[in-house]
Amino acid sequence: MVDKTLKTCEEAVAGVFDGATILLGGFGDPGLPGQLLEALRLQGAKDLTMVHNGSGGGTHSLGGLIHDGKVRKLIASFPSNPGNMSFQEKYLKGEIELELVPQGTLAERIRSAGAGLGGFFTPTGAGTDLAAGKESRMLDGREQIFEKALHADFAFVRAYRGDRLGNLNYRMAMRNFNVPMCTAAKFVVAEIDELVPVGGIDPEDVHTPGIFVDRVVECVRHPEYLKITTEGR
Amino acid sequence: MSLTREGIAYRVAQDLPEGAYVNLGIGIPTLVSSYIPEGREVFFHSENGLLGMGPIAEPGHEDPDLINAGKQYVTLLPGASVFDHPTSFSMIRGGHVTHAVLGALQVAANGDLANWRTPGEKVPGVGGAMDLAFGVHNVIVTMTHVTNKGKAKIVAQCTLPLTAPRCVKHLYTDMALIDVTPEGLVLREFAPGLNPAAVQALTEAPLRVAPDCREMKVPAAFHAAQAAAR
Repeated sequence: MVDKTLKTCEEAVAGVFDGATILLGGFGDPGLPGQLLEALRLQGAKDLTMVHNGSGGGTHSLGGLIHDGKVRKLIASFPSNPGNMSFQEKYLKGEIELELVPQGTLAERIRSAGAGLGGFFTPTGAGTDLAAGKESRMLDGREQIFEKALHADFAFVRAYRGDRLGNLNYRMAMRNFNVPMCTAAKFVVAEIDELVPVGGIDPEDVHTPGIFVDRVVECVRHPEYLKITTEGR
Repeated sequence: MSLTREGIAYRVAQDLPEGAYVNLGIGIPTLVSSYIPEGREVFFHSENGLLGMGPIAEPGHEDPDLINAGKQYVTLLPGASVFDHPTSFSMIRGGHVTHAVLGALQVAANGDLANWRTPGEKVPGVGGAMDLAFGVHNVIVTMTHVTNKGKAKIVAQCTLPLTAPRCVKHLYTDMALIDVTPEGLVLREFAPGLNPAAVQALTEAPLRVAPDCREMKVPAAFHAAQAAAR
């Protein structure tokens, strides 16, 4: 019997090695795997390249990993949110490298990796500072620049429901980067609110088919996140 | 006399047509959704995967899984949909989102937009700004006409790093409504109490005055002087 479930986040991050590239899901709190992140921080792997839309707001998020000096490089679209002090401090001291990527290009580079493509041409960024060093062509009468697929060793995401086959279902705005990220890494772990029996997710509601997922871990929402949940309802 | 931030948003909202698919940036653009005329169906898109977004959630009714691109808790209207980032940016880059309302630091006479790197900023961030500026056909800029030091923001050439070249179609400021055309900037409306010469005096790029150029029709509550007096 196939069983992709794990009991703890510690087991899920045990294989992360120094220098690994990790896709970190979520946009804001929805879809952010806060428990896996905390387990990763405690696991101790360093020199990590993290791929995420932002740089993490509080110490419970990506900010904690950056604060602890575990991240060598961040690939992100919006690391500049004023609340992201950990990243700002390291960046200004030259202790962390930044690759800035427009948000849509970041999503598509990840999707391309998962789809087996080498990359794509896009008008986004042509003629701006972010086109520096990139191949450029005139296509359909428009200047377009080449963006490479973005592969990773690991992807960590959060979903709403999952089963032992790795099928995932998301609520509301949780899908964001998580759907493409699950396709683009060698080892994919989903933190889920609720583990359901096989067949418990209607096939029409499976947003990430199990073929893309290696492990699922059922865990309560991170305390910081749960606080919002209980206050909000 | 000039318009309040709400006044700028109100004026933009009057011009969004029925059936428009609209992405609103942060700041003045966010206010636009409050002033869509009653009965006109306009759909709001958020980069993080929402179409048919409704108002900000009432306190106590926030859904922790439902935020907009500005990380505010929002609501969905009947007929809304949720989706992932590649789909969301296909809507933007593929030209399906019909209007983007964005803030700006500088706009040039040829429609060049600079809105992603502020002078003196320490950490750069681009978010979805470039995708929107390159991908959406109707890029509408809302901003104050001049900087808080009184410097022109509508310039002959941008001195700040570009978000996208030649992308802005319409400019709505607290003093004027200006179209970007192949022949340059055209002044279509000026704020109550102003005149074309007064607008030109605060605009570095040359303005042509439209033959039907007129005073803006905006309720008195949105006139800055009145707002200050209240």
